[in-house]
Amino acid sequence: MSPEPNLLKSLDYSVLQQCMHCGLCLPTCPTYLETRHERNSPRGRISLMRAIADGELGTTRAFAEEMDYCLGCLACMTACPAGVDYATLFEAGRAQSEASGAASGPSRRLVRAFTLRFLLFRPWALHAAARLLRLYEASGLRRLVRRSGFFSLLPKRLGEWDRQAPPIQRHFSDGIIAAVETPRGPARHRVAVLSGCIQDVAFPDVNRATVDVLLENGCAVETPRAQSCCGSLHAHNGDLETARELARRQLDSIDPGQFDAILSNSAGCGSHLKHYDRLLAGDPAYAGRAAAWSAKVRDISEWLVEIGFRRPVAPARPVAVTYHEACHLCHGQGITAQPREILRAIPGVELRECAEATMCCGSAGVYSLTQPGTSAWLRDRKVGHLRSTGAMVVATANPGCQLQIQQGFAMETGELRGRPRVVHPVVLLAEAYRAETPSRPAPP
Amino acid sequence: MIDELTQILGPAQVLVEKEDLIPYSFDGTAVLRALPRAVVFPRTSSDVVAVLRLAARDRVPVVARGSGTGLSGGSVPSPGSIVLCLVRMDRIIELDARNFTLRAQAGVLTQAIAHAADAEGLFYPPDPGSMKVSTIGGNVAENSGGLRGLKYGVTRDYVMGLEVVLADGEVCLLGNKCVKDVAGYSLKDLFIGSEGTLGVVTEVLLKLLPKPAARQTLLAMYARMESAAETVSAIIAARIVPCTLEFLDSKTIRCVEEYAHVGLPLDADALLLIEVDGHPAAVADDAARIRELCSANGATSVRLAADAAEAARLATARRSAFSALARVKPTTILEDATVPRSELARMIRFIQETARRHRLDIATFGHFGDGNLHPTFLTNEKDAAEMHRVELAMNDIFTEAVALGGTITGEHGVGLAKKAFLRGQLGEASYGLLKRVKRALDPGNLLNPGKIFDP
Repeated sequence: MSPEPNLLKSLDYSVLQQCMHCGLCLPTCPTYLETRHERNSPRGRISLMRAIADGELGTTRAFAEEMDYCLGCLACMTACPAGVDYATLFEAGRAQSEASGAASGPSRRLVRAFTLRFLLFRPWALHAAARLLRLYEASGLRRLVRRSGFFSLLPKRLGEWDRQAPPIQRHFSDGIIAAVETPRGPARHRVAVLSGCIQDVAFPDVNRATVDVLLENGCAVETPRAQSCCGSLHAHNGDLETARELARRQLDSIDPGQFDAILSNSAGCGSHLKHYDRLLAGDPAYAGRAAAWSAKVRDISEWLVEIGFRRPVAPARPVAVTYHEACHLCHGQGITAQPREILRAIPGVELRECAEATMCCGSAGVYSLTQPGTSAWLRDRKVGHLRSTGAMVVATANPGCQLQIQQGFAMETGELRGRPRVVHPVVLLAEAYRAETPSRPAPP
Repeated sequence: MIDELTQILGPAQVLVEKEDLIPYSFDGTAVLRALPRAVVFPRTSSDVVAVLRLAARDRVPVVARGSGTGLSGGSVPSPGSIVLCLVRMDRIIELDARNFTLRAQAGVLTQAIAHAADAEGLFYPPDPGSMKVSTIGGNVAENSGGLRGLKYGVTRDYVMGLEVVLADGEVCLLGNKCVKDVAGYSLKDLFIGSEGTLGVVTEVLLKLLPKPAARQTLLAMYARMESAAETVSAIIAARIVPCTLEFLDSKTIRCVEEYAHVGLPLDADALLLIEVDGHPAAVADDAARIRELCSANGATSVRLAADAAEAARLATARRSAFSALARVKPTTILEDATVPRSELARMIRFIQETARRHRLDIATFGHFGDGNLHPTFLTNEKDAAEMHRVELAMNDIFTEAVALGGTITGEHGVGLAKKAFLRGQLGEASYGLLKRVKRALDPGNLLNPGKIFDP
């Protein structure tokens, strides 16, 4: 990693000063709710960053642990009336703790190198790893290994990881989506779809549904082959240099000038993709293109509402749906109304709001691996709220949330009425379009 | 002593590392900071007793604190003190619907109390701006106000009883569920607003009211601040008592709109946010009359909230005024000089002149109905010359407030921030009386020392 000497000191100090420690962030912060310790709250973390910037505190191990404990859910940004840019502070804080070596241990370095610099850096590596995982999951090997009690011999964490491994699909996105697909009628918009990493291998159906819905709404859709990771996990985990590299690669392969919109259906990616302008602001060769890119990036629900998507006219199939707001959609991108508008447009859907809809489910990128205790607490809290709506369909627009909530339902105990379906809103919309009678109106 | 504390409270409830202490070195007040020696989290009154006994034995100062949202430095640690953080004492013990009372531990959030009352069709009126975060114990210690002061009064008016731990660890129960009780001095009143300098409030017994059947919210815009002031006088003269009567100046309007997007016009010089509550017929009648009075007194537009959701959005927007102003400059210093209602227009003009005279950026908003203003300095603590001018301006504003028969602080408390101005307002005899009370109850000067005054 390139040397970035005290990132918190070189940060624009006014970002730190913007926090006037009014405390309005406290009740929305999951980690503060867990411990009630100020250190585990946004204003507490900002005070530590400020102490480092002021030279009153070194970049200590405890600081690094604190930055790891933060989910990066950005609920504090929604709550903050003073407009503190916590996302920037959070990334700088994590990058600082990585750069200073305060966070390092040998196994941590190894895992980071493998995941951030290898797996999520080369598209072929992720696909190869996913195929291996698929083999393990689908061949019966996993059942065998689990039954053998093999994991009881290994550190507990490996067993956790096994449980949390996403179910890999037989075909990835490029197996079920053509590079270019055109609508039946005239194309009114030209868009690019970003297929993501986890979405690509675990939920390619969400990508397929995204393309289908776009075609139904007069969009010509390009889905570039062999897409790179967008770099969001890198930026959120303190590796800004690799994040920049991945952003440049993305900009090299997709020219924002060619499209009306660049679409993401994964909240975590979208929230990061929209900030390429900020990420590459200091790179004269790419700053202009990055700004054009950021102006074009949309979440799929945002775009559909923007172009006035067609309401499906399928026969109503009554179903109660509840909506879990992915942090990086509601807090990261301020998108809360659009997914609901899509859900309400589906014939037969009764949208039931759940308590704490905007509270993190504990997935938070790799958080479920790095902080399993807090992650599980948040997951169970979330599943409890979702259950109490009585809805048997949970809509959510981020693959991490989808996996986490599915796992939460899988781990429930006690007497239960079936396991709710967890699904991206766009999949429900695509199904409604598909269910339209053959005499459906041609797309306008 | 740290070992003993750990033994009593458990290791997770005693913090001593630097990374743990720095986040407790401040509260909601700008600029003021000091590091404590430890932060401890009692769960019961007897935990508090144990901590205070140890502190008394070793002569270590103790600073009680809730969520740390105070705006006068009242819960900023005295250097080297133990911070007694009460947020884990967060149990609502009893809601007595027959007597309209609610008993809660000190660390319960004010909002949770409001919700608990609401669920029973009852009403806890005090609503300080920080109520989503602040604790009821902190509200009692600061005698917090809020937006409904004009009609419903302040925290003090809803405290029927307290459990207080004294400096020597003695536990006192003060007050009860009786509306009438003249047995002995009304000592609970001594502790309300005492800013943690006389004892630690561990439990509160609150008075509730029946929930008003109806509410209506109005928003009136003005091209001239004076017209807004005249409207307020006219409403009061018409013998109408709204439950809130809030004022925002042009600078505050712009900041709030930028944050909350509730459709406030950016070119208005002032706005009034008015809420009436009570019997539906009375509310409708009051709202109609207020609307006429606004128009008659030069309002450029009057808007009636269409439904409860819009009313809530408007109230939230007003509630965020302080924080929204913080977007403008690095440092935001919020004051709460208060004058009799009749002197309000004069006081606002004085603040505007003061800003010009000292070349400062001051936004003003506040509770027009009860004379409680919030002149807010938008500045930068790193600019020493400007900070000096801020001090001069504050001095002018406090002096004028007192001269008009007002007070240096309507609802934030004296804490550290307004210590220097207290003697001037109270006069020698009353100021001396404060000290005599303090010495009687806390002879070792261990409870939140150095706040309000130096003994």
